[in-house]
Amino acid sequence: MDFEVIKSYIPLFAEAFLLTIKTGWFGIALSFALGLICAFILYFKIPVLSAAVKVYVELFRNTPLLVQLFFMYYGLPILGIRVSAEICGIIGLGLLGGSYMTESIRSGLESVPKIQTESALSLGMTKPQLFRLVILPQAFAMSVPAIVANIIFLLKETSVFSAISLMDLMFTAKDLIGLYYDTTESLFLLVVFYIIMLLPVSIIGTVAEKKARFKIYGDI
Amino acid sequence: MGFDVLLKGKNMLRLLEGLGVAMKISLVSVVISIFLGIIVGMLMSQKKPLINVVTRIYLEIVRIMPQLVLLFIVFFGFTKLTGKNISAELSSIIVFSFWGTAEMADLVRGSLLSIPMIQYESSKALGFSRLQTYIYIIIPQVARRLLPLSINLITRMIKTTSLIMMIGIVEVLKTGQQIIEANRKTSPGAAFGIFATIFLLYFLACWPISCLSKYLEKRWEN
Repeated sequence: MDFEVIKSYIPLFAEAFLLTIKTGWFGIALSFALGLICAFILYFKIPVLSAAVKVYVELFRNTPLLVQLFFMYYGLPILGIRVSAEICGIIGLGLLGGSYMTESIRSGLESVPKIQTESALSLGMTKPQLFRLVILPQAFAMSVPAIVANIIFLLKETSVFSAISLMDLMFTAKDLIGLYYDTTESLFLLVVFYIIMLLPVSIIGTVAEKKARFKIYGDI
Repeated sequence: MGFDVLLKGKNMLRLLEGLGVAMKISLVSVVISIFLGIIVGMLMSQKKPLINVVTRIYLEIVRIMPQLVLLFIVFFGFTKLTGKNISAELSSIIVFSFWGTAEMADLVRGSLLSIPMIQYESSKALGFSRLQTYIYIIIPQVARRLLPLSINLITRMIKTTSLIMMIGIVEVLKTGQQIIEANRKTSPGAAFGIFATIFLLYFLACWPISCLSKYLEKRWEN
């Protein structure tokens, strides 16, 4: 391993790192918003829309992100829908993540026992109060582990973005390997930057899971 | 829209063949992962400090490293370090088994730990031997929890193997690209039709398996 080479590569990787983080977290934010909306549609059993949500969830949960991105980036321009690689990555990640988040949030909502609703109503709470004060906090605590797992999964999936020529970490590493044949150094930096990106999320996630568990069961 | 390209020559057949390549690699990796995962998972449930530390690190690596990065490390890094060439197929099987074993082990550990202590104690009190306890009491219960989850792992494995095109294996996406390139002049819209078809093919491959997993999970819930 040549540390001079590593030093000279760091700025390139740092730039790619920022891009990866940016697209990753934008995608996650989008997927969370989408998941929340879809989960509510399923939970309240809104006709027509909930059927559409079910189709969407099944379609995106059962296909790889790589295939989805290829379809969106190379297939859709034929129909005249053309977006930049960055936007395509964010939307692709958002759509994939949305289907996973929908399932997680929905199962959290459904895990709140019926007696909670009945008790709250008999105490004189209004519907919005019931939802805001009783159901949502419990449902959220229940779905924290799944949401954390989804966030880590989605951040890892960003590595696929290089396939649609987004200059992310993976793309940079592949480029440098191809150009200068400094394989060891490039791979080393690639791993280091992914650790910087994901280890904090993993640790914070574990803490969040413990806190949520404490909230639900009162033990650790 | 470019669906006509599929009917030209053997294009559809070639796509299916490409899918077959990906399926073969995922199947081999699934079998290895399930086998090794059960062993590692059982080791993890033993609560021995040394094993615990090692498996923790192993799981954490798999948890935070994208599979594509692992693929690159094995495919490019291994060759660079040792000078020996390993084929793309072999490196993808190594990586997906490495990843799948960790996932499977975690599932096995979770299912084993979900069996309450009282089950072991009761069967001991009833005079079962250790082996009998496992065969008649523990394994049937663990299997019910484990089976839907491991079937789900198969769909994830199939989805993940789409990455193998990035290290140069000619599978369904690569075949699709070749077909699009070859017909660039005659049907410029082929990209839409081909990629839509691949999307659908993957869905048809994974959806029945996820349905089975969901069905088993519901059926064995209690």
